[in-house]
Amino acid sequence: MTRRRNTELGLMLMTVVIVCAAYVLASLGSESRIPANIIPFLVAVIALFMGAHFAVRKLAPGADPILLPTVTLLNGLGYVVIAGLNEKLAAAQATWTAIGIVAFVLTLWWVKRPRDLERYRYTFALVGIGLLLLPLVPGLGYDAGSGSTIWVKLGPISFQPGEVAKVALAIFFAAYLADQRELIATSQWKIGPIRLPHPKYLGPVLIAWGVTLLVMFYQKDLGSSLLFFALFLVMIWVATQRTSFLVIGGGLFAAGAFFAWRTLDHVKVRVDIWLDPWKTPSGNGYQIIQGMFAMAFGGLTGTGLGRGGDTRIPAAENDFIFAVIAEELGLVGGSLIIIAYLLVIGSGLRIAAATDQVFDKLLATGFTLLLGLQAFIIVAGVLRLLPLTGVALPFISYGGSSLVMNYVILALLLRISDQTSKRAMNRAAAEVAA
Amino acid sequence: MNRNIMKLGVVLVVLYVALFAKLNWIQVVDKNSLDTNPMNTAQVRRDFNRARGSIISADGAVIAQSIANPDTSSEFKRMRVYPEGELFGQTTGYFSFRYGSSGLEKQYNDELSGSTFDQQVKSFGDLFVARENVGNVSISLRKDIQETARQQLGDREGSVVALDPRTGAILGFWSWPSYDPNTVSSLDKSISEASWKLLNAAPGVPMRAHFYQDRYFPGSTFKVVTAGVGLQTGKVTNTEPSYPFMTGYTPQGTNKPIMNFGGETCGGTLPEILRVSCNSSFAEMGAETIGPVDMVAGAGSFGFNSTVPIDMPEPAKSVFPTNVGNNQPKLAMSSIGQNDVQATPLQMAMVAGGVANGGVIMKPHLLSEVRNVQGDVVSTYSPSKWLTPMSSTAASTLFDDMVGVVKGGTATGMAIQGCTVGGKTGTAQLGTEPPKSHTWIMGFAGPPGKPPTVAVAVVVLNQSGGSEATGGRVAAPIAKAVLQTALAAQGGC
Repeated sequence: MTRRRNTELGLMLMTVVIVCAAYVLASLGSESRIPANIIPFLVAVIALFMGAHFAVRKLAPGADPILLPTVTLLNGLGYVVIAGLNEKLAAAQATWTAIGIVAFVLTLWWVKRPRDLERYRYTFALVGIGLLLLPLVPGLGYDAGSGSTIWVKLGPISFQPGEVAKVALAIFFAAYLADQRELIATSQWKIGPIRLPHPKYLGPVLIAWGVTLLVMFYQKDLGSSLLFFALFLVMIWVATQRTSFLVIGGGLFAAGAFFAWRTLDHVKVRVDIWLDPWKTPSGNGYQIIQGMFAMAFGGLTGTGLGRGGDTRIPAAENDFIFAVIAEELGLVGGSLIIIAYLLVIGSGLRIAAATDQVFDKLLATGFTLLLGLQAFIIVAGVLRLLPLTGVALPFISYGGSSLVMNYVILALLLRISDQTSKRAMNRAAAEVAA
Repeated sequence: MNRNIMKLGVVLVVLYVALFAKLNWIQVVDKNSLDTNPMNTAQVRRDFNRARGSIISADGAVIAQSIANPDTSSEFKRMRVYPEGELFGQTTGYFSFRYGSSGLEKQYNDELSGSTFDQQVKSFGDLFVARENVGNVSISLRKDIQETARQQLGDREGSVVALDPRTGAILGFWSWPSYDPNTVSSLDKSISEASWKLLNAAPGVPMRAHFYQDRYFPGSTFKVVTAGVGLQTGKVTNTEPSYPFMTGYTPQGTNKPIMNFGGETCGGTLPEILRVSCNSSFAEMGAETIGPVDMVAGAGSFGFNSTVPIDMPEPAKSVFPTNVGNNQPKLAMSSIGQNDVQATPLQMAMVAGGVANGGVIMKPHLLSEVRNVQGDVVSTYSPSKWLTPMSSTAASTLFDDMVGVVKGGTATGMAIQGCTVGGKTGTAQLGTEPPKSHTWIMGFAGPPGKPPTVAVAVVVLNQSGGSEATGGRVAAPIAKAVLQTALAAQGGC
C-alpha cells in the first residue's frame, strides 16, 4: 500500500512542478515577467495538492495512485489558462479548488465504506430531484446567460444544484440497481413479441430518471440531459447485462432527439449550428467558428501559454476552455488533455472491475462515465463532432459547483479502490493464517 | 458485469480517438484554410497588442504608426493611427482588429512587427533587453506629390500614378474616392463596424486602390504600345510605312469603318500619326502591318496579361485579348485601345516609363528600406528589371515621337519650360448618350539630354465629351502639376 502512495507522491511532485512551470510560462508569455505572486502561488499549490495526497495516504492508503495526480494536472492547467483569460475568475477558481480539496478530504474522512451510502438511496433520490427542481423556484433560479435556467442564487453564493444532483442520482441508481438487478434481469413482461423487464422492478428508477430528464429538458440543459440519459442506460446495461436495454434506449434516444430537433427551437438552433456554422458566422455560429479559428491558429505546438488568451470566444473560460488550451498548447497540449481523460477513464473502470461489491462496481462505473462522458460531450461540441451542448469540462472549466462535486466523485472512487485493496489484503492475510 | 465494463471502456476509447482525429483535422489538415479565412482575425489580434513599426514617406511624413492607447482600461495597449488620413489610405491600407489588414500593412506585416528572419537574427542579442524589435518601413511615396495629385484631381473620380522609370520606385499613388483608414482601424467596435459598412456601400468603392486594382479602357494611350511593338518588330519605322490619309479604316470582315475623331482626315508616318492620334492609321498598323501574333505577344511584352510584381497585395492584371485569331476588326479595335483592352493606371505609367528608360520596365515597388528602432538599416530594396519590351533603339525612336506629341500634338498641355517632356493622350469613349469618356494622359519628363526621371499616368473617369482633345484638356494639367512637383523634389530639370 505504501508503494502505491509513493508512486502517487512521485507523480504529484511531477505534476506540481509542471503546473508551476506552466504558470510562470503563461505570465512570461502575456506580460513578459515572472508573476509577482509566484511565492504565494507555489505555497498554495503545494499545500493544496500535497494536502490532498497526504489525506489519501492517511485515509485511503490502498487507493489507486494515478487518479489524483491526473486530476491535479487537469485542475492546475485549467487554472493557469483561466488566469491568462481573467484574473478575477482565477482568484475565484483558486478558492473553489481549495473548497473542492476540502470536500475531497471530508468525503474520504466521512465515507469510510461505500456501503454506508447505499442505505440512504431514497434520500439521495429525493435530494437529487429536489436540487434539480430548485432553479425552478421563483426568486431562486436564474439564467446566467447561457440560455439554461440551471443556477440558484442564495445570498452572495451562486451555484448549480444540478451538479450535486448528478452525484446523488448516480448513487441512487447504483444502489437500486445493485439491489434489484437480478429481478430486473430475469422478470418478463411481454408485449406481443417484445420482452421487457417488469415495470414493477424498474419503477423507481424510471420515475427518477424520467423526472430528471423532464426537468433538465425544461431547463434547456441539453448537455446534462444527454449525459444523464447515457448514464442511466449504461448503468442498467452493466447491472443486468441485457443488451436489449441499450437497443431500446438507443432507439428511444434517436426518436426523442429527432422529435426535439423538429419541434423545439433551441434544439434546432444547436443542430443547425452544428451542421453549418458558416451560415451565421457573426450570429449563432460565432462561438464555434471563433473556437475553430483559435484551435487552427494554435496548430501543432500552439501559440504558447498566455499568448492565445482568446477573449473573442464567448465562454472561453468555461464551455470553450478546450479551444483555448488547444490554441495555446497546440495539438500536443490538446492531445495531452485527451490522454489525461483516458487515464481517468481507465483508472475509474479498473476500480469498477476490481471490486467484488456490486454497488461499488456500479457506482464506480457511473462516476467514471459521468467524468469521461461529460468531457467527451463538451470537447466533441467544441470540435464540432457533435452539436454543442454546454457542459463544463471536468476539473478544467471555471465553475465552483462542478469542480467541488468532481472532487467528491474522485474521493468516492478512491474510497472504493481503497476498500478493494483492503479486502484483498485481508484475504491474503487470512490465507497466510490458515 | 466486468465484461460490460470492459466493453464500455472500449467504446469510450473509440469516442476519444474520434476527438483526437477531429482535433488533428482542425489543427493540421484544415489549419491553412481556417487561418486564411477572411473572417479570421487571429493573426491581427495577436499583432495588435504587439509593438508595430511606422510607415514613413520618402519626404519624412509618418503615415502609419502605433501609439499608446489613451484608454488605459482597454484590453489593447496600443492603437494604430494614420496621421495623413485619406492621403495615403489606399496605400497603407488598414490594420483593423475586426477586418484584418490590407495594403502595405498587410504586405509588410512581418517587417513592421519585427518577425522576419533577418530581424529575428539581428535582435537575438536583445533577448534579455526590454527593447521593441519592430521595423520602421520607409517607402518611395512622397507626401508633396500626393498632395498635388489630390488637389489637382479634386472630387473627380480617377487615378494618378507617378514613378521613377529608372528604378520602378513609385512616387505618387493617388485616386479618388479614397478613404481614411483611421475609422476602420478603430478599436471601438461600433465605429469600426459602421465605417466598414459605410465604405463598402459607398459609390466608387473607396477602399479599393483604383490606381493598381482597377482597370479601364486605355483608349489612345494604348497607341504607344502598338507603336512600340511595331518598332521593336521592325515592321514600323519613323519613315515606313506611310499610312493613307482617310477618315476611317475598314478592316476585312466588316463593312463598318473605324472612324477618326470628328471624322477628320489623317495619315502619314509614325511621328505624324502619333502626334495627332490617328485612329485609322493605328488600326491598320495593328491589324495589317503587325498582325495578330506579334500584336498579342507585343502587348504581353509590355506587361499585359501578367500579374504585376508590385509589393502590394492583389494587383489587377491589365488585359489584351489573346483570342483575336483572324478576327481583323477585333485586332484593329484592340490596337487603338478599344474592344477588350483594359489597363490599370499603373500599367500605363509603366509603359511610359519603359519608353523613358531605354525600353526596360523596372519592377514597380514602394519599399525603400526597413530600419530597426535604433535606426540601423535592416534591409534595403534594390531595383530590378521586370520586362524589356523594346530595344534601346526602338525606345529612343518612340521617345522622340512622344516628345513630339507634347511639342505640337494632343498633349501640349503637359509641356514644362526647360524640361524634356513626352506624352500621349487618350479618350476612351463609353458609348453613352450624352457622350462620356475616360480621359487619359501618360508621359515622362526630365532634364534635357538626359534620361527622364519621372513617368506619369492620369485617368479621369466619366468626363463629358468624347473628342481626342478631351484627354489633353482634362488630364494634362494634372499630369503637368504632378511632374513639376516630382521634378522639383529631384532638384529640377
